Amino acid sequence: MAIEVRIPTILRNYTGGAKAVEGAGESLADLLSDLDAKYSGLRGRLVTPEGGLHRFVNVYVNDEDVRFLGALDAKLSDGDTVTILPAVAGGAFGFAAAAAMLGNRL
Amino acid sequence: MARYESLLDACGNTPLVGLPRLSPVVPEGAPPVRLWAKLEDRNPTGSVKDRAALFMVRAAEAAGRLRPGDTILEPTSGNTGISLAMVAKLRGYRLVCVMPENVSTERVQLLRMYGAEIIFSPAAGGSNQAVATAKQIAAEHPDWVMLFQYGNEANARAHYETTGPELLRDLPTITHFVGGLGTTGTLMGTGRYLREKVEGIEIVAAEPRYGELVYGLRNIDEGYVPELYDASVLSRRFSVGTRDAVLRTRQLVEVEGIFVGFSTGAVLHAALAVAHEAVKAGRRADVAFIVADGGWKYLSTGAYGGTLAEAEDALEGQLWA
Repeated sequence: MAIEVRIPTILRNYTGGAKAVEGAGESLADLLSDLDAKYSGLRGRLVTPEGGLHRFVNVYVNDEDVRFLGALDAKLSDGDTVTILPAVAGGAFGFAAAAAMLGNRL
Repeated sequence: MARYESLLDACGNTPLVGLPRLSPVVPEGAPPVRLWAKLEDRNPTGSVKDRAALFMVRAAEAAGRLRPGDTILEPTSGNTGISLAMVAKLRGYRLVCVMPENVSTERVQLLRMYGAEIIFSPAAGGSNQAVATAKQIAAEHPDWVMLFQYGNEANARAHYETTGPELLRDLPTITHFVGGLGTTGTLMGTGRYLREKVEGIEIVAAEPRYGELVYGLRNIDEGYVPELYDASVLSRRFSVGTRDAVLRTRQLVEVEGIFVGFSTGAVLHAALAVAHEAVKAGRRADVAFIVADGGWKYLSTGAYGGTLAEAEDALEGQLWA
């Protein structure tokens, strides 16, 4: 068994177009290193040079946000599903437009 | 007393109802685990957003940002527009909503009935087009007032001052609060209040995980995290997919007779997860969650009937919460 990792559309250029890939690791950090060996550059899109998760990336283990499970130290087990998604606020349209307008005013 | 001087005074104080049939069964002798639904669809325009709209308008009035006859500009395709339209009408303002042209006809009809004016942004261009349209309008009308619910402290304060105290009054034994994560106002305000008053309370967020089409538009370097969001208020955060949200939405009306929108289905999914964990651990739990709105505005999606797979297809590409 391995860990299934779901890749968002925007990052599939790193996985040869694959929607989901398999990886291994006892923590999220381990898993991302494992994936980066196979899909070079992927880790860099998710983790900042300072070593934290990118602000606009959300990662979930079995549907729960890893930021509340230890972030990159979150423990993983075989059979877990890891989902990577770009951060989108609910009512994303409203926010995108509102943020743009506010930016316009400043 | 259920008499109010005006509709605005009837905002809040919504019922908290138990869900005896959906609450998990606990083994004999084990402490009870109960689910409670706070019916925010009982607000004046039928959603939790009435609280935020009223507080944001009052705050802008108090700060002198809004004067009678002013125009409020709100980019929204959702409940906030409807709430603001009602508040604007009763307080003497004009409301202009900017929204994508592919929103449901119910929304458009409701907004127009309440007196809002609508500027459509072309659906084809996605969020980039929405941003471009919004920028253009703001530049053309520098005097219009934008309340910006994603960064407006009065949005969260509405819940700190009303939703939170109501929940504690009606359920002093509360152990978990579960809400949907959008502007984050409900969770931030209610969560902060309850954390101050209830030791060990868990504040749980349920966020919608949309179909791929929605995320397909997003570049990871250009994401959005609402300015109101403070992760330290939350204990846990769940991502709930379309299928689970639809399943729970249907279950809530079938089992408990509560007809809700899909965002509430997502919230119930997270509430059930923490409730079942409590049963497993043999812990007492009173899990209160927010019913953000009723299902009426979403009937035209077709996702209330047919199989779950059909419902999922019907909602693919839509911002269903």
